[in-house]
Amino acid sequence: MIKKILIYVLLTVFALFFLMPIYVLLATSLKPLKEVGLEQMWFPPKELSFDGFAKAFSRLAPNLRNSFLLVIPATLLSAIVGSINGYVLSKLKFRGSDLLFALVLFGMFIPYQSVLFPLIRFLQDIGLYGSIWGLVLVHVVYGLPITTLIFRNYYSEVPTELIEAAGIDGAGIFKTYLKVLFPISLPGFVVVVIWQFTNIWNEFLFAVTVTSDPTKQPITVALVNLAGSQVVEWNVQMAGALLAALPTLIVYILLGKYFLKGLLAGSVKG
Amino acid sequence: MRAPLLGVFHIKRKTKRGIISFFILSPTFAAIGVFVYFFIGWTSRTSLSNWNSFARLLKGEFEFVGLRNYFRLFEDPRFQTDLWNTLYFTLFFILGCLLLGIVLAVLIDRNLKGSGVFRNIYLFPMALSFVVTGAVWRWIFAPGILPSNPQGMNLLFNLVGLDLFQWRWFTSTKSILNFNIALIPVIIAAVWQMSGYTMAMYLAGLRGISQDLVEAAEVDGATGWQIFWKIKFPILRPITLSAMIILGHISLKIFDLVYAMTGSGPNNVTDVPAIYMFETTFRANKYATGSAIAIIMLLMVAVVIIPYLTSAFRKEKRI
Repeated sequence: MIKKILIYVLLTVFALFFLMPIYVLLATSLKPLKEVGLEQMWFPPKELSFDGFAKAFSRLAPNLRNSFLLVIPATLLSAIVGSINGYVLSKLKFRGSDLLFALVLFGMFIPYQSVLFPLIRFLQDIGLYGSIWGLVLVHVVYGLPITTLIFRNYYSEVPTELIEAAGIDGAGIFKTYLKVLFPISLPGFVVVVIWQFTNIWNEFLFAVTVTSDPTKQPITVALVNLAGSQVVEWNVQMAGALLAALPTLIVYILLGKYFLKGLLAGSVKG
Repeated sequence: MRAPLLGVFHIKRKTKRGIISFFILSPTFAAIGVFVYFFIGWTSRTSLSNWNSFARLLKGEFEFVGLRNYFRLFEDPRFQTDLWNTLYFTLFFILGCLLLGIVLAVLIDRNLKGSGVFRNIYLFPMALSFVVTGAVWRWIFAPGILPSNPQGMNLLFNLVGLDLFQWRWFTSTKSILNFNIALIPVIIAAVWQMSGYTMAMYLAGLRGISQDLVEAAEVDGATGWQIFWKIKFPILRPITLSAMIILGHISLKIFDLVYAMTGSGPNNVTDVPAIYMFETTFRANKYATGSAIAIIMLLMVAVVIIPYLTSAFRKEKRI
């Protein structure tokens, strides 16, 4: 019994540590400006005010929109291509396909700094620099290793007999994919979509280097600019941070189980 | 007579299928080929050049200068600080995540009522962006003016009467054996964000341990500690190695968190290669120097990742 209580005490202490920044975030963002002073930061708001949120939203709304315009196509495209790749790499291997896959996978680990300068010049050359579509392209390409990996591992669990049976029935590669694999791919797609959505939404390095026009920047860049603008309206800053975090937080709360699967898939183990 | 004919037919079909497979994958291979390998080659080439101003870049006056940019970097005090910071940051970040991760996993694995809720609380920072959490942690660890006007953590210490714990956090310029203590708050923030990940990995490992094994040990009279150290811990060892590699490569390229939380700090006490690379390339237009930093970062990551990938693929072949 004492042991049980001790475990609960420990669990709670750690939970407080994990929730502390969120408490500060919430408490500050819900305070009216006059309560935001530094000496007040650890206390809950005396009166609730949504001014911070209203101000932060009016400033960040265009960037939130940009982030959605970026994340939705980039996530879907990288998931679809990853699914087809995963099918070929798990069920239609050919000599050297594992080596090629390893080379693709390496792209997931590189520090993107090592491709950044040529990437930007390339985007300038093809006229996509500074646009959301440029960022979509970047995130689709650099997302392929992880989406391919997750689907490859997912499809390796599908019995090969199922594929072969379709082959005997005369279905070609594409028909087999569409009729046999795609219909059972939903769990795989959920994992990949959540993973890509979260990562692309939260990404900062490409966002800050590929877009320069503030009206075209995703939310993460706008948030850093807001924090750097010497605004002492801390309630606005914290509300902004919360707005930026909200979409991925909602996804996590609703679909945490699948988020976890993507997380563990990232460590390559098949 | 039939058998060899069938054999030939079989090979042909296999080759044909291989060609189709390759064809389907070719857009991905081409994209990765250009965006990863060709661009890395381009960055390497730039790092060996004299492209250290916008004007030179515009005029295209390209000249090879050998490894000059690299030699200069290793003599540069800021870059030396960056390497020390990376070393200590990586060390303490990995240690912190592993320790906290295993403790949390063991606590959760007890399966008491409500463990699921606690697990979700420990894991949610993973869903947040380093930019968001950096902004909050910056505020929490901002030292304020000591001793008259403390802020953040220092204020909290003041409120509970523990003024002696007040210090200048990420603005401190003290260092011990080249470890800048200003990194401590950044390490805390990074561990806070990523230890849920190690917890999840350990938890998956603990759940995979067969209950029969544990029960057999219990029948033989093993204590809880013995079961943990003699049975569970060895099974978790490969997980620890994977976690170290994943965390290690993240910390070698850490950028967003430091950028949003502290920047390079006074005397570059919280500077890291990724920040230096960003500033030289995009603020100072020194593309060659920036590229050299990027290539050094790539080499550091490659040293960790390539053996990892190689062994992962070998293991898969064996199965």
